[in-house]
Amino acid sequence: MRFGPVDLEWVADNADRIGELAVEHIYYTVVAIGIGLIISLGLALLVRRIPRLYGPVLGVTGMLYAIPSLALFALLVPITGLTSVLTVEIALVSYTLLILTRNIVEGLRGVPPDAIEAASGMGYTPTQRLMRIELPLALPVIVAGIRIATVTTVGLVTLAALLGLGGLGYLIITIGTNRGSFGITATLTGIVLAVGLAVIADLALLAVQRALTPWARRRTG
Amino acid sequence: MDFIGEVAAWFADPTTWSGRNGIPSRLLEHLWISAVGLGMGAAIGLPLGLAIGHTGRGSLLVVSIANIGRAVPSLGLMGLAFLLLLPLGLGVGPFPAIVALTALAIPPIIVNTYAGLRGVDRELIEAARGMGMRASQVIWRLEVPVALPVILAGIRTSAVQVVATATLAGVIGGGTLGELIIIGFNTGDQVRVFGAALVVAALSIVTELGFAALQHAMASPGLRGRPIPPPEDPGQVAHAAGEV
Repeated sequence: MRFGPVDLEWVADNADRIGELAVEHIYYTVVAIGIGLIISLGLALLVRRIPRLYGPVLGVTGMLYAIPSLALFALLVPITGLTSVLTVEIALVSYTLLILTRNIVEGLRGVPPDAIEAASGMGYTPTQRLMRIELPLALPVIVAGIRIATVTTVGLVTLAALLGLGGLGYLIITIGTNRGSFGITATLTGIVLAVGLAVIADLALLAVQRALTPWARRRTG
Repeated sequence: MDFIGEVAAWFADPTTWSGRNGIPSRLLEHLWISAVGLGMGAAIGLPLGLAIGHTGRGSLLVVSIANIGRAVPSLGLMGLAFLLLLPLGLGVGPFPAIVALTALAIPPIIVNTYAGLRGVDRELIEAARGMGMRASQVIWRLEVPVALPVILAGIRTSAVQVVATATLAGVIGGGTLGELIIIGFNTGDQVRVFGAALVVAALSIVTELGFAALQHAMASPGLRGRPIPPPEDPGQVAHAAGEV
């Protein structure tokens, strides 16, 4: 079946391969967000202990965020190699740090002082207070950051194809712009799946946040 | 010789600075393609943002644009523009990049212009109307000056994204500094890849700082000294519009 230049038969014939590329895409995204979260949590806790470091941390992660993705890949290639998952992941992780660190720090700062005092009064140790009071109360702001970082990362993973790796960018560029007849079909399939993945991930994270913070449901409506 | 030394030697080599694939020629191409894309994005995004922000109608549209704008991969925009312009004979050269960059520049400009205008104190607008200002006067004498820092923040976000993404034009043979990186990838010339990437990174940081300075300088004198608002997050805008 054809709709203008779009050939759905090509999509059906290549469904297996397209599925594999989508799974690879999800895998690259999940790894980047996971590692980015661990590093950002560490940075945020460091900033909590030494507030003076907030400016420099935002400066450095902001600088990383400003470097174009293709250039960041290129800067890493001599160190980590061209067709290397490591090159892609280092770049992807470094783009998540600004948003995640900022939102974790701001989320923790937004915890009402009364709640912290009450927890201390009840005999919570600082670690217990962090795990049971501060992080849960900061969760909506933290998840808001994870959502933005995830949607951005899903888009950036397409660039892995430029290094000869898979993911949906392989449909967009490697097949799409190189092989005439079904080029537009492949490129559009890649774009539609990438946008779809981003939207699904966004909604799923929102659902997770609502499930984890039942007390906030009235406010987020 | 160590790698850093080779990169330094590449920068010192006169051939790096001359010809079609010299840094000046590609840098100039990068800048004009970015400027046209940003200019066209502003020409489309600003009037739409002003109209939606002033009337308050179409906020759902803004939220959708903000979310989809973030989710569409810029590489996809570039590839699609290339494929759509190819049958028209415009696939080779700067045209696909300009179309893709225009599309990329529009969402942050619309979203911030909208958010800036919606953020203007309702009482100020009532007062302006009470003084007998017409709608156009309310927009140009009150809403735009008050919202200017936020509007400029949107233009800054777009500018930084456009200059960064112009690099991807190299992937579809559209020139720019990205072409130097891609040539380096294809010839296995890591020194050229690294050197060109350094130029791109420097250009991006200069763009970011330059537009931050512009934003500061252009703010209305009455608002000067206030902190510059950071670029708007679509998530926050969505929240403010009550859609999420």
